[in-house]
Amino acid sequence: MNRIEKLFSKKKKNILNIYFTAGHPTLNSVEEIICTLENSGTDLIELGMPYSDPLADGTTIQKSSAIALKNGMHLDLLFEQVKSARNKTQIPIMLMGYLNQLLQYGLDNFLDNCVDSGIDGLIIPDIPMEYYESKVLEKLATRGLKMTFLVTPETSKERIQQADKLSTAFLYVVSKSSITGNISGVSENQQRYFESLNELDLKAPRLIGFGIHDKDTFDAAAKNANGAIIGSAFIRSLEKDGVLGIKKFVEDIKGD
Amino acid sequence: MNSKGKYAATDEGYYGEFGGAFIPEMLYANVDNLKRNYQQIIEETDFQLELKSLLRDYVGRPTPLYFAKRLSNELNTKIYFKREDLCHTGAHKINNTIGQILLAQRLGKKRIIAETGAGQHGVATATVCALMGLKCIVYMGEIDIARQAPNVQRMKMLGAEVRPALSGSKTLKDATNEAIRDWINNPNDTHYIIGSVVGPHPYPDMVAYFQAVISEEMKVQLKAKTGSENPNYIVACVGGGSNAAGAFYHYLENEEVKLVLVEAAGEGINSGKSAATSILGSQGVIHGSMTLLMQDKYGQIIEPHSISAGLDYPGIGPMHAHLIKSKRAEVYAATDQEAIEAAFHITKTEGIIPALETAHALAILPKMNLLPSDVTVINLSGRGDKDLNNYLEYQPERMHDE
Repeated sequence: MNRIEKLFSKKKKNILNIYFTAGHPTLNSVEEIICTLENSGTDLIELGMPYSDPLADGTTIQKSSAIALKNGMHLDLLFEQVKSARNKTQIPIMLMGYLNQLLQYGLDNFLDNCVDSGIDGLIIPDIPMEYYESKVLEKLATRGLKMTFLVTPETSKERIQQADKLSTAFLYVVSKSSITGNISGVSENQQRYFESLNELDLKAPRLIGFGIHDKDTFDAAAKNANGAIIGSAFIRSLEKDGVLGIKKFVEDIKGD
Repeated sequence: MNSKGKYAATDEGYYGEFGGAFIPEMLYANVDNLKRNYQQIIEETDFQLELKSLLRDYVGRPTPLYFAKRLSNELNTKIYFKREDLCHTGAHKINNTIGQILLAQRLGKKRIIAETGAGQHGVATATVCALMGLKCIVYMGEIDIARQAPNVQRMKMLGAEVRPALSGSKTLKDATNEAIRDWINNPNDTHYIIGSVVGPHPYPDMVAYFQAVISEEMKVQLKAKTGSENPNYIVACVGGGSNAAGAFYHYLENEEVKLVLVEAAGEGINSGKSAATSILGSQGVIHGSMTLLMQDKYGQIIEPHSISAGLDYPGIGPMHAHLIKSKRAEVYAATDQEAIEAAFHITKTEGIIPALETAHALAILPKMNLLPSDVTVINLSGRGDKDLNNYLEYQPERMHDE
């Protein structure tokens, strides 16, 4: 059983998914960050493949990508680092990035390297669902890799159902129409939107992301889903306190 | 848009294997709303009437088709200039912004965003926003803001807010990224006026349609001047490719008319400082479109270089990628230096100071081996007032000789 399936079959509530950018803050910090996150109680890791033009990302993740690229991070090194980390950790890891990275690397080559290094799934926000179904789905499925699609408050019911059907990892519920890194909290309107998804009888587990940055927003989001995703806030913490601050960051989110 | 020939976009915005809409879900509703409505709105009678009247009375269309007599004599052929440089605001860009502002009004949008490189599209957008009383925000790379100060001042005078793009390389591609991010954050009240035939479907098709007035007029004017509406060649410079798309549009399916694109070679194609996308680029996704782009082996987008900020784009519109791949269009490249020299030459031969972008198209004419009987139309996409500093800087001695 894929590590992602295993996670969602045994844990249904308060799943903590943390995003960080590979190669940031330093070129070789991937392995240490993954292991520290796992040991601190993180359930799932979204590992960002740094990209020159991250359209969907706010300034925090943009900056971390630029630094990672400047540090010399690239996909071959990233796969090598994940493979090395896999000797020590069994936490599910998904790669997050942009379609152009996969296309230029060669889709088959990219997916083979995912399997070889111990990646469990992908989040590629700019793959259209129709394109995915016709050109990518089968290649992923035969390799046992999982996929996640995003839905937003503007996404129609029909598209939510289509995204749910195609999301073999989890459904990424974008909390509001924005790029990553907004910190406006979780409003009643958003809660109503999360609740409305509960009524759709969706099959995929749901994690809420965008704007989740502390214990209050995590708890508010997790109330109406299987868990939540923290990205920009974690990167800010890494920038401020480095790897040493990870344990406290995770404990503060999960604290009772 | 209405034609369904082999070089037109499909309903999903594909030109061969290029085009489509490769966008994050956060943009889907905006783009889908546009996709479902643009054709119908554009076809409405009142839209067409308002568009035509503004193009005539405000932009100054039709623009003349001018026979460049001295240049033709020199090259022993027949060269015509389609004078888009005479459009209000100094370039063809306003054909598109007029069309899109009318569309935005009918979609009920109150706030307009745009990206700009050299500032020409920014000025054309700020102009139509002033005309219609709509709020206007123009994203411009921090570096471009510094090197295009007069256009920044023009936009501000027109009432637009100019926001610096601080990400990435701080130039056109990053200004485009910032505009797209703004649109994600403001999905309800905002329309994004893209300035070229780039971006997710329906933008390439829509912008090409609004620029198609160029070739529509050319047909009538050529018929009157030469007896045939078909020239042998149409030549246009290409960055994203909006002026070329407009000049080619009504000739795409007529393969007797040869289409010529001129890219910016920068300091030379293999100099590492170039914007010759079709030669240096490979297939991939940029700004929501599958097309040719300059990238490294990991898909990281490479910052191009051209002396002309309007051609300084790492991608190319998907329609052009298809025209190139299918060999419908032929591609030349002109270096910074060749463009500058062509600009000086045309200025002294014809009394027209062309934009640096246009100068690239002019630069390749002597290389085309044109026959005396050949009729060639150059799309004179913009005027060179904005480039005076560049011209002065690169060839100060030329300003004083003779």
